[in-house]
Amino acid sequence: MSQTQVVVSGTKSAPKLRVDHLGVVYDRDGQSMPVLEDINLEVRDGEFICIVGPSGCGKSTLLNAMAGFLSPTSGSVSIDGETVTGPDPRRILVFQERGVFPWLTVEGNIGFGLSKLPRAEREKRIAHYVKTVRLEGFENSYPSDLSGGMRQRLQVARALAVNPDILFLDEPFGALDSITRVIMRGELLRIWEAVRRTILFVTHDIDEAVQLADRVVVLSSRPARIQDVLTIDIAHPRNISSPRYLELRDELLKQIGLAYEI
Amino acid sequence: MRFPRWLRPTLFIAALLAIWEIAVDLHPGQILPGPVSVAGGIVDLLQHGLLLKYVVASLFRVTWGFSLAAVLAIPIGLTLGWYRRGEMAFNPLVQIFRPISPLAWIPLAILWFGVGDLAAIFLIFVGCFFPLLLTAMSAVHNIPAVYINAGRNFGLSPSAFVSRVLYPAVIPQLLVGLRITLGVAWLVVVAAEMISVNSGLGFLIVDARNAGNRYDLVVAGMVVIGVIGLLLDIGMRSLEQIKSFRWRSSEG
Repeated sequence: MSQTQVVVSGTKSAPKLRVDHLGVVYDRDGQSMPVLEDINLEVRDGEFICIVGPSGCGKSTLLNAMAGFLSPTSGSVSIDGETVTGPDPRRILVFQERGVFPWLTVEGNIGFGLSKLPRAEREKRIAHYVKTVRLEGFENSYPSDLSGGMRQRLQVARALAVNPDILFLDEPFGALDSITRVIMRGELLRIWEAVRRTILFVTHDIDEAVQLADRVVVLSSRPARIQDVLTIDIAHPRNISSPRYLELRDELLKQIGLAYEI
Repeated sequence: MRFPRWLRPTLFIAALLAIWEIAVDLHPGQILPGPVSVAGGIVDLLQHGLLLKYVVASLFRVTWGFSLAAVLAIPIGLTLGWYRRGEMAFNPLVQIFRPISPLAWIPLAILWFGVGDLAAIFLIFVGCFFPLLLTAMSAVHNIPAVYINAGRNFGLSPSAFVSRVLYPAVIPQLLVGLRITLGVAWLVVVAAEMISVNSGLGFLIVDARNAGNRYDLVVAGMVVIGVIGLLLDIGMRSLEQIKSFRWRSSEG
């Protein structure tokens, strides 16, 4: 009995995702250009992490390395103790734009990763996620007939449909207008609270980070290192004019500002 | 005033035909037949059952030459485009063969295949193969990396990746390439039929001149070639309108 408890608490404290002395060096015209340097990070299961930093610092590179699209020059990324060697349907990367397949309908896109399921199960899953991202009535529409926000919701639905442990989101709302972005943040939080997946979310928007994240990882300018990790200790739904919110927001702004000065 | 879409071009063509007829009537000594005698020529051909026979013969050769080229060039082009090293090896060869007019192959075609359908089909094949190969190669280069990465992320097998990501992603560009190449095939068949066979619309034109200077039949043949070329183009364009094919133009 007590042994079981030890095992349970043991698995609980093990991180879902672990970045260990990660370094990435690009090779541009024979010149080596360090992009990421000695990145160390542990992410718990179900945690919502935002990654911010000055533009061009390597936020997307970090996300791509964690998702397996890019092999690190040094160090490693492991998920559930298993070293990441390539992209895997257990963790899905959501792109900033044009990520959905324009030749498939909404249903076709959501069902893209489900071809191995029996037909009935697949249809049930599709219908469920159509509802989750509120695209009812657009099941047979093509992405070209959807707005930018709907397309991003569709991309999130396609990702969720394969039941991934981790969602990597690369500035998913970056190309949307500011009103749609605010709505999409609320939608993402609602979905996250329903499915409780680990989320790593790259953004250049400080407010977005403070509104969404459990913890915010601040990267320095290139070559990027982790400058600070800020815990956002405000319960959802967050009041964006509360003193604590403003305090954290100012702290983050200061961090980024410092990063610019260096 | 709003006219139906087809009205303007129809009126314009009718006006041109009228001017043509009037001009020919004013100068009866000229050797260009007027539209009335050309129409008479078309009726003449129809009555002898030649027109349908020749059109079918030409379309038959185009279908075979074009289809064979598409079936071979598209998979090879997609493969070479995907494996850049293969492309680097093949590209100089392709670039040397491409500018050779398919008509330059006529002597060899006749030497290899004799006078007949096979020679004409071979010429059309040669005329279509290289443009289609290049279209397929560049179509692969132009696939947005996002689609490839999204496809990889969902753990598809290589064959599923080809059929569910690669292939649909290149379709819009392939269709444009196929439409242009079908036009080329239609050009080549007429030239090929003038020399290497004794049926078809190209043969009709040469034969009408050689067998009695029937210039009304020559122009009739030209008109039929033009009209069928237009219909082929409209047919290919309608393929491009299919929604799951059309995405490139609508998504930018």
